[in-house]
Amino acid sequence: MATKLPKVPIVIVGMGWVGGIIASELTKAGHSVVGLERGKSRSTQDYFHVHDELRYASRYELMQDLSKETVTFRNTSKLRALPMRSYGSFLLGDGLGGAGVHWNGQYYRFLPYDFEIRSKTIERYGAKKIPEGMAIRDWGIKYDELEPYFVKYEQMAGIGGEPTTQANVGAMSKAFPVGPMKKTPAMKLFEDSAKKLGYHPYVIPSANLTEVYKNPDGIERAPCQYCGYCERFGCEYGAKADPVVTVLPVAQKSGKLDLRTHANVTEVLHDGKKATGVRYVNTPTGEEYIQPADIVILSGYLFSNVRLLLLSKLGKPYDPNTDTGAVGRNYAYQVNGASTNVVFEDREFNMAMGAGALGSSLDDFNGDNFDHSDLKFLHGANIRFTQTGLRPIQYQPAPMGTPKWGAEFKKQTLHYANRTLTVAAQGSSMPWRHHYLDLDPEYKDALGLPLIRLTFDFEDQDRELVKYIAGKTKEIADGMGGTKTEIHDSIKQYNIVPYQSTHNTGGAIMGSDPKTSVVNNYLQMWDAENVFVCGASAFAHNSGFNPTATVGALAYRTAEGIAKYLAKPGSLV
Amino acid sequence: MANKNESSQQPRDESRRQFLKYSGTAIGGVVVGGVIGGLIGANANTDKKDEAAQPDTGKPAKPADRDYNQALMFFNQDQFMTAEAASERIYPKDDSGPGAKELGVAFFIDHQMASAYGMNAREYMSPPFYKSEATQGYQLSFKRRELVALGLDSLNVYSMDKYQKGFPDLAPEEQDKVLGDFEQDAVNIKGVPASTFFAYFLNLTIEGVYADPLYGGNKNMDGWRMRNYPGNQMSFTEQIDKDDFVKMEPLSLSDHLEIG
Repeated sequence: MATKLPKVPIVIVGMGWVGGIIASELTKAGHSVVGLERGKSRSTQDYFHVHDELRYASRYELMQDLSKETVTFRNTSKLRALPMRSYGSFLLGDGLGGAGVHWNGQYYRFLPYDFEIRSKTIERYGAKKIPEGMAIRDWGIKYDELEPYFVKYEQMAGIGGEPTTQANVGAMSKAFPVGPMKKTPAMKLFEDSAKKLGYHPYVIPSANLTEVYKNPDGIERAPCQYCGYCERFGCEYGAKADPVVTVLPVAQKSGKLDLRTHANVTEVLHDGKKATGVRYVNTPTGEEYIQPADIVILSGYLFSNVRLLLLSKLGKPYDPNTDTGAVGRNYAYQVNGASTNVVFEDREFNMAMGAGALGSSLDDFNGDNFDHSDLKFLHGANIRFTQTGLRPIQYQPAPMGTPKWGAEFKKQTLHYANRTLTVAAQGSSMPWRHHYLDLDPEYKDALGLPLIRLTFDFEDQDRELVKYIAGKTKEIADGMGGTKTEIHDSIKQYNIVPYQSTHNTGGAIMGSDPKTSVVNNYLQMWDAENVFVCGASAFAHNSGFNPTATVGALAYRTAEGIAKYLAKPGSLV
Repeated sequence: MANKNESSQQPRDESRRQFLKYSGTAIGGVVVGGVIGGLIGANANTDKKDEAAQPDTGKPAKPADRDYNQALMFFNQDQFMTAEAASERIYPKDDSGPGAKELGVAFFIDHQMASAYGMNAREYMSPPFYKSEATQGYQLSFKRRELVALGLDSLNVYSMDKYQKGFPDLAPEEQDKVLGDFEQDAVNIKGVPASTFFAYFLNLTIEGVYADPLYGGNKNMDGWRMRNYPGNQMSFTEQIDKDDFVKMEPLSLSDHLEIG
C-alpha cells in the first residue's frame, strides 16, 4: 500500500541538467519544487580519486547499474530484442546530475536549419529529396525563438568560446561569457590545414571553464586544469559545468527545493486528461509513495522519459505499422565512423593531456551548409580534432593491419601512442518510420516493470554520409604535415557492443502537430497539459553536434513556460 | 580535495609511506608459503631498481618490503601460471620494457575475477537467455570469471592434445599458435566459446598493463612509462599548449594520497 503524501505544486522526475535547470529557475521565482532522483547524491568530493581509468572508464563507476535496469535492442522489428547486458554503444547516467556529470563539456547550439529541416529541405531540393520512410519534421520552433535561451545556458555554465559568431552556425546575440580553451599544437595543425582548404575552423565552445568565472546566480568556479579526465569522469575541480556545481546549489540555497534521492518513479498518475502526481519507490526501503502534484516534469534521459509515459499509459504509443501515435517515435542517434588518422614519425604530441571539450571543429559540411543536390544523404557532420586526454586502456592507436596482440602490437601501439592525431566527424542521425522505442514484451527491470525496447539500425543515408564526410576528414588530415594518413569511411550495421556515443535522441518529440508529436514547443504534453517531457527525448532528429546546448536551451524555455502555466493554466501554444 | 584537511591533520606514518613507495617492487626470493609459494618466487621482479630496494635477497623480506597484494583470490595454480604465460604472449617483454608477467598482469586478472566485475554484478543477468545476433552482444548466463577460468583450463587441454605439454611449458611460438587458434575459434573443444574467452582475456591483459598499479598490474607504473603516459597528474595547464613533447615521471593514485 503506497503512502500518499501531501500535494505539492511541482514535482520533477530526474535531477540532471534538465531537472536542475528547471528547479533552479522555478525556485528562484519563489515556487516550491519536489525533485525526485532515483540515484544517489553527488558532490565534487566524490572525485578525490577520480583519475582512475579502470574504475570510471572501463567499469562505468558513474553509470546506471544495468543489473537493475537496462534497455533491450534489435536491429529490425523482425528480430527478437535482447537486453543490453553490459555497456557498449552508449552509457546511461545515474545519480544526482545524471549524464551531466560524466559528459565532455562540448557545447554546440544546433543550427537554424535543424529546427526547420523538413521545410528547408523541400524549399531547396523539392519534396522528392526526402526518401520514403525518413521521418524528418520541423520542430515547431525556430532558432531565433530559442536563441535567448542558449544565452541563458551559456551564462549559467560559463561556456568558453571564440568571441564572435562563427561561420556556418546561427547568430549569437551575446558573446560567450569567457574566452576559448587554450590551443594545442595539434589543434593549430588542424586549423591551418582546414583554413588552407577554405574551411572555417574554430575552437570548440567549452563547458570546461577557461578562467575563474562567477555566473549570474553568484556561483563561482575554478578553471579547467586540462588533466585529461572528463568523459566518464566527474570533475574534482568543479571546472566542468555540471548540474551539481551550477544549478542545483542555487535551487538548494533557495530553500524551496525538496530533493529526494533514491526515489525511483514508476508511474505518472493521471485521470486521462491531466496528471495527478507520481508514484515512486524509495529504493533503500522498498516503500512506495504517491506524490500528488499540480505539475509533473519528466526530465530523465530519453529512455526513462519514454518508458515512464508508456508504463503510465500517458499519450498515444507509436505504431510503426500504421504510422500513428506519438510516444516512441523518431528515435535517432549519432552517426560516427568517418575519420582519418594522421601519424607523425618524427614528432610526438602530448596526447595524455587534454580536456573533454578541448579541440577545434568546423561546420562547412554540417547541416545544409553545402549543396546536397548530387548527394544521396541529407544533413552532415561537425568535423573536428579533439584532444580529450588519450588514456592508455582505451586508446591503442596503431596502423591498419597491426595485429591485435603480441610483439608487433606492443611495438606499434607504444610507438604511435603519442604520434597519432585523428580528424573525426560527428554525424547527424535522421529519424525513420521503423526506428522507434516501445516496451519490451518479455524483459523486466528489478521492480518487475517492462524494459524499454530500442529498434534501430544504420541506413544507406548514414553509410553515404560517412563515406562523403570521411573524404573531407582525409583532405584536412592530409594537409596536417604528418607522415601518413589512414581513412575510415564505412559503417555497416548498428552494433550495440562497441562504444559510439551517448547522444540518443527522440521518442517524445516536440512539434506543432499533436498527432505526430508528444509535446509542443514548450515541451508541454499535448495529451496532458500539466505534464512537461523535457530533454533530448524532444529532439525530432539529431544534428551533427553534441546535444547538451539544445537540451539546456529548451529546458530554460520550459521553465519559463511552466511559470506562465502556473499563472494561467492551459495550453501554452 | 575532500580529504585535504583530514589528512593534513594526521601525522605522517613513515613506515606506511615506505611501504607505499616500495610496494610491489621487492618480493624476490620470498617464499610466501603454501602451494603458490614457488610460483610467486618464480614471478620475482628482476628490475634493477628492486635490488636497490632490497639488497639482501637471500633472506626473507622484511614485512614492509613485501607486496602482500601478490597472492591469489580466485585462480588455482595452473590457471594462474597459464594466465601469466598467455598474457606475456599478448604483451611480451621487449627492448622497450617489461611484459605482462613482470607487470603483474596475471595478479591483476585474478583479482578482477574475484571482484564484482568477475561476477557481472552490475550487468543485466536476468533470464531468459536466447541466441543472439552479433550486434546484440553477450547473451549468456555464464559469468566472466567462469568463462575466464574455463578458457584458461581449455588452453591447457588444447596444448596437451596438440603438443603433449601444458600451455606454460610450450615454446613461445607454440603458445602463439594456441592463442591464435582460440582467437579464430579454430580449437573445436566441445562446449568452450574460445574466441569469446580470448577477447575477454585480451582485454583484461591490456587493462592489467595500463590500469593504475592499485589494481595489481602495471607494476611500478612501467606500463605507463613505456608509452610516456604520465598517469594521475593534477594539472597540465602549464604544458598543454607547448610545442615540445613533455616527458613526465608518472604519478599513481597512491601518490595522490600524499598530494591531497
